[in-house]
Amino acid sequence: MWEYTDKVKDHFLNPRNVGVIQDADGVGEVGSIACGDALTFYFKLDDSGKIQAAKFQTFGCASAIASSSALTEMVIGKTLDEAARITNDDIARFLGGLPKEKMHCSVMGREALEKAIACHRGEPAKIVEGEIVCECFGVTDRDIERVVRENQLKTIEDVTDYVKAGGGCGKCHDRIQEIIDQVLGGKRLEPIRPKALTNLQKIRLIEDSIEREINPTLKKDAGHLELVDLDGNRVIVRMKGTCATCARSHVTLKHYVESRLRELVAPDLVVEEVQ
Amino acid sequence: MPVTYLDNNATTQVDPQVLEAMLPYFSEYYGNPSSMHAFGGGVAARIQHAREQVAELIGASPDEVIFTSCGTESDGTAIRAAIESYPAKRHIVTSRVEHPAVKNLFETLSKKGYRTTFVPVDHEGRLDLDYLYDSLTDDTAVVSLMWANNETGVIFPIEEISRSVKERGIVFHTDAVQTAGKIPIDVGRTGVDMLSLSGHKFHAPKGIGVLYLRKGTRFSPFMIGGHQEKGRRGGTENTAAIIGLGKAAELARRHLAAGSYRCVDELRDHLEREILKRVPRTLVNGDRTQRLPNTTSLAFEFVEGESILLMLNEHGICASSGSACTSGSLEPSHVLRAMGVPFTAAHGSIRFSLSRYTTRSEIDWVLEKLPPIIARLREMSPFWKGAEVAAQSA
Repeated sequence: MWEYTDKVKDHFLNPRNVGVIQDADGVGEVGSIACGDALTFYFKLDDSGKIQAAKFQTFGCASAIASSSALTEMVIGKTLDEAARITNDDIARFLGGLPKEKMHCSVMGREALEKAIACHRGEPAKIVEGEIVCECFGVTDRDIERVVRENQLKTIEDVTDYVKAGGGCGKCHDRIQEIIDQVLGGKRLEPIRPKALTNLQKIRLIEDSIEREINPTLKKDAGHLELVDLDGNRVIVRMKGTCATCARSHVTLKHYVESRLRELVAPDLVVEEVQ
Repeated sequence: MPVTYLDNNATTQVDPQVLEAMLPYFSEYYGNPSSMHAFGGGVAARIQHAREQVAELIGASPDEVIFTSCGTESDGTAIRAAIESYPAKRHIVTSRVEHPAVKNLFETLSKKGYRTTFVPVDHEGRLDLDYLYDSLTDDTAVVSLMWANNETGVIFPIEEISRSVKERGIVFHTDAVQTAGKIPIDVGRTGVDMLSLSGHKFHAPKGIGVLYLRKGTRFSPFMIGGHQEKGRRGGTENTAAIIGLGKAAELARRHLAAGSYRCVDELRDHLEREILKRVPRTLVNGDRTQRLPNTTSLAFEFVEGESILLMLNEHGICASSGSACTSGSLEPSHVLRAMGVPFTAAHGSIRFSLSRYTTRSEIDWVLEKLPPIIARLREMSPFWKGAEVAAQSA
């Protein structure tokens, strides 16, 4: 039997916000019956742009239902920007922890939230980025890289617990190990950079890089940043959290943020800060 | 809250008469059966009696009964003995729906260079006999097939298979762990060379098993040590458990002979019939005509097994599931997948397994609690509404 916390049990036996929002402002669907768990997440905004209501429908085990229920409670009252910063680890912590083998339930919650926000912002459904590593569960090298980095995962088993990759036939184990070694060795996957970017593509790629790469790093020092504007090759950002008051933030900006964005998006970018 | 225990294929309660038979052999008659003195010799006589009781349950002679520590040890000993006895033969055969005790051993042997055949089953869990017979060659060392499946209860035609396999001069082993005490076993009629039993599946304690070894079958021990079990299984006997197992075998034989196990059959049918009536979109996994009397595996579409089990648990109801989430692996039961049970159903499969202790009021309790649980989980499931609408418009 799994050792679930009382909070997981409570959210499983008395799930909050089950249902559908007919006129939702954003809907995110993840998972499938074949995979054994699936979640549809809905939210509705109020006039000030805060999430007024959130609902879910989940097919899955106790921790999948509890993670979904927790997610709805966590996002209500938040702006979309605030909600977008919720990580799978935040969901797990809200529940007082999840068994390691069940961490993928919290990742599913985070993915559904991301999809719902993308849906609201009118962004196209994300085409599969990167190369599929685990064919059994359709997990890409980027997905694996992200959970390894964000959760400091060390083994193939960890990766399986978080995104299921490697939990089926096992053929991809060597490739997963390579990705872990690369990430832990401080290396990064070759950035996928389209040859010529439209402005819109550039903005998305910058946002994506900030969200996947830069903010998880800044978050270790309790800071983060957000994209304010893009003007030609000038990337205008606002520093938040401890970064906003840190005397050395301009160093971080130039030596870390700018150089990463140049690597990941375009080599001619210049990062500037607005107060 | 009282426990409603419908998970008897996982383990069973020790019969009070079994416990009573065992108790004196812990602190009163604790002698070593191998000792020269009468204090130990008395225990040896009692073990011999237990051997006779087990032999009688399966129609064997007492010499053919070897006590082991569990079903897994019996399975492993049997299969390894067969391949060690025929070292030139490099092919071994089993089915795709075996218990991990056999399945994982075959996978290990496969990595060591043995050619392995996993015989498929059809959508009702019935073995593809043509496939089995076609796979046999002069190179085949052993065929090992379960008598009855632990998840679905489906029974393989072991007598017929045994005859055909042995006609080819191939050693035949059957894992009868789920069979003992539920349907009659007669090793004489079936002609199997080796057969595994596990005490705790029929009201003996855990930690005791049996390997039946037909006289004249080539053998090499797995546990090498003293002369116990005539050198076929070294190690000091688990005396109290062996004596308990003997008593359990005697009780099982008496219940089968008196036909009292038929009540289990009736209760199981009642449970199954009523659930199918009260819960729509429910399927029975496996062939209902060739099945253990105590087992039903039910697939509730569009919901997930672990959730069902944990909600049943809130009412003290114990069952088990073929879902991925309960096992710690990510894929649903290999048995259900081998049968081609669709994913919509495999993840929501629940096994109820009864025993001679199961009562009508326990079944009624399940019938009261289960349907609202399924309804509630389906309300939560994103797949349910669509399926319901599709069904209505069809």
